[in-house]
Amino acid sequence: MSMIIVKPGLLTTVQDLGRYGAQQFGVIVGGAMDAFALRIANLLVGNDESAAGLEMTMLGPEIYFAEPALISVCGGDLSPRLNDRELPLWKTVVAPEGSVLRFGPTRQGCRAYLAVAGGVDAPVKMNSRSTYLRAGIGGWEGRALHKGDRLPVGAPATASLALASLLADEAQADGVAFSRWSVAPDLLPSYEANPEVRAVAGQELALFEEESAERFFAEAFKVRTDSDRMGYRLSRDGEGLRLREKRELISSAVTFGTVQVPPDGQPIVLMADRQTTGGYPKIAQVASVDWPLLAQTNLGGTVRFRTVSLREAQRLYLTRENGIRTLRSGLERMQASGNGRV
Amino acid sequence: MKLEGLADNYEKYGAVEAKLLPLGDSAVTVQLGETICRQTHDRVRQLAEHLERHRFPGMIEYVPAFLSVTVYFDPFEVLAGLGGLGGHTESSELADPLALVAGWLGDQLAKLEDAAKSMPRVTEIPVCYGGELGPDLPEVAAAHGLSEQEVIEIHASADYLVYMLGFAPGFAYLGGLPQRIATPRRQTPRISIPAGTVGIAGDQTGVYPIATPGGWQLIGKTPEPLFLPDAMPPTLLRAGDIVRFRPISREEFDSREAALR
Repeated sequence: MSMIIVKPGLLTTVQDLGRYGAQQFGVIVGGAMDAFALRIANLLVGNDESAAGLEMTMLGPEIYFAEPALISVCGGDLSPRLNDRELPLWKTVVAPEGSVLRFGPTRQGCRAYLAVAGGVDAPVKMNSRSTYLRAGIGGWEGRALHKGDRLPVGAPATASLALASLLADEAQADGVAFSRWSVAPDLLPSYEANPEVRAVAGQELALFEEESAERFFAEAFKVRTDSDRMGYRLSRDGEGLRLREKRELISSAVTFGTVQVPPDGQPIVLMADRQTTGGYPKIAQVASVDWPLLAQTNLGGTVRFRTVSLREAQRLYLTRENGIRTLRSGLERMQASGNGRV
Repeated sequence: MKLEGLADNYEKYGAVEAKLLPLGDSAVTVQLGETICRQTHDRVRQLAEHLERHRFPGMIEYVPAFLSVTVYFDPFEVLAGLGGLGGHTESSELADPLALVAGWLGDQLAKLEDAAKSMPRVTEIPVCYGGELGPDLPEVAAAHGLSEQEVIEIHASADYLVYMLGFAPGFAYLGGLPQRIATPRRQTPRISIPAGTVGIAGDQTGVYPIATPGGWQLIGKTPEPLFLPDAMPPTLLRAGDIVRFRPISREEFDSREAALR
């Protein structure tokens, strides 16, 4: 089974949940920018949450399915269409043999994720199938997808076959089927063009001038157009954020959502392809529950940071994870009972 | 606005003094000192080696740096593992995975002993200095009133300690550059510096493992790959190693490079 890339789109890469275990050697984590969306897409097709799928950025690709496939598209709404029908997000979908998946204008967010039952079977490099563009390794030949790439897909799990058979009744004349089941709306992150994200204090917040710290948590920052998978460069009019006194910091580990402030005073939020360590003062750390909101903020959009306690950030995380496990067990019950009416 | 941390000051854990700083809701930085020195480096190595052998449920990985070790974890798994075992409440209103991790780390820090240091690995890196492979060598020499040959001899005579890896896969932050050849970065960074290039920036020296932009003064190049994506660990150098540079001729460079292809 394979998928053929007819048109590559703007930036389409193979991604899983990232490359863990080698950060101590300077190897970046990478992986899906909106890991939540990829995890859900995988669950909806009966995959392991960590299976590799495609991350499609702003201008989506055109993909041909030579054989029938069970797929799901989650995350940003790039107007997906399967053959001549609008494809709903956050559902399980049967794409019959010869189907073509296309994308149109960006309606919400900027990154969509495609999961296919069996997962994209790219070679594993350092425990992951994620594309590491700068080093040219992982994913598909270490690069963004090109026209004509033929991506192998792994053998579907029993769970995927069970979901496919539940969908047999829903098939339309052309063989396309969309599931009735979907994701509970309260589990979805509150995606918005200009989100407010929750953040806890950064390790060096106390080094900033009081006024800078207050402004950081009060004002909207624009996502500059030179932002990418490595980090979002933010800017606002007026003076930059200032330290109480000038000082050189000694490099230490940074993570997704770390907000660091270089000497020009304009903050940078680190994203999936961040370096493992950094030496700029860290003013804030975005709560992991809101990483998907950052991932779906377009260039030119704005971001606001709202301070929350660590306790609250942890509570939000646990609530989200509980929700994902509830979805997973719901799907498992359906597969076992053979009843797809939910 | 106050920094909400687990510990604002250093605390004693047995023989070890450390500060535990959250890095958001799913990581903790264990800071073991304030300045780059041998003693703090040794503590960092001790904790890193301890974490290599002892893990807690939900621990993902750890990243040692100059003064600290940061530990990443999945709070949900921590609660299921450490929380369950420790008899803590299961109510998510009261759940505090970060505190569980901090408690575990504190116990481990107290167990660290001043064990006899094992001999560091010594890695020799062959370098062809100057010429088109090290275009800034003349500038570096001129800046210090030295000949190119003297700069090469000084650079290759020192023992360097790998304090940490970071910035790029397999990039080693090396301590021990002789002050006599410390040279500021270039005014304008280059757009792409080829993998294997050896440079100087301030009182640091290093080797670029992959092609990256950068402002370092380039003095030579090694044919030896520093990033080995098919090996585990995927790098030639590791934190705690001693590095020595050995000057080689252009002929030796070319034949080694050809042999690696």
